[in-house]
Amino acid sequence: MKVGKVAGTVISTINIPLLDAHRLLLCDVEDIEGKPSGYTIAIDVVDAGVGDTVLILDEGSSARQILGLDHGAIRAVVVGIVDQLVVDGEVRPLT
Amino acid sequence: MQLGRVLGSVVATEKVVGLEGIRFLIVQPLDKRGRPQGETLVAADAVAMAGPGELVYFVASREAAEALPERFVPVDHAIVGIVDDVNLEEE
Repeated sequence: MKVGKVAGTVISTINIPLLDAHRLLLCDVEDIEGKPSGYTIAIDVVDAGVGDTVLILDEGSSARQILGLDHGAIRAVVVGIVDQLVVDGEVRPLT
Repeated sequence: MQLGRVLGSVVATEKVVGLEGIRFLIVQPLDKRGRPQGETLVAADAVAMAGPGELVYFVASREAAEALPERFVPVDHAIVGIVDDVNLEEE
């Protein structure tokens, strides 16, 4: 899993049927120091909002398991909202 | 999933069994603000409605083939949706 920050939302009307029922969040992926290292578009299952620091799962079969699916083209899912990060014994402020 | 811009299409008559009827599009991956990022790639069009110039999002790796009617096919990128709008916090 990765830690990231929700930067925005992606609106899509035409998509594969599986994605009809899900919100898409555009998340900046962060490194250990909190610096951005790329982005990913992830399905939201925890009602995260823009600005939230989140836990992003980026692996297909686990993503399908969370959504209760046997098959489906999904990989990235926002699975948690981060309350606190402790790095090297120190609380890292959530930017 | 990543954002991409469709630049064109690829036509191939001889294909691996299972890929018949699948459209292949040339896609330029984009950063979150829509600027080109990285090298162009060829993606299967799982929505069957994307066309040149369109802003799309695509899934990479093993999950790409999951978007297609035949799930065990050699495909590593698939377009899974057409983007209407990207709302970024700072804009």
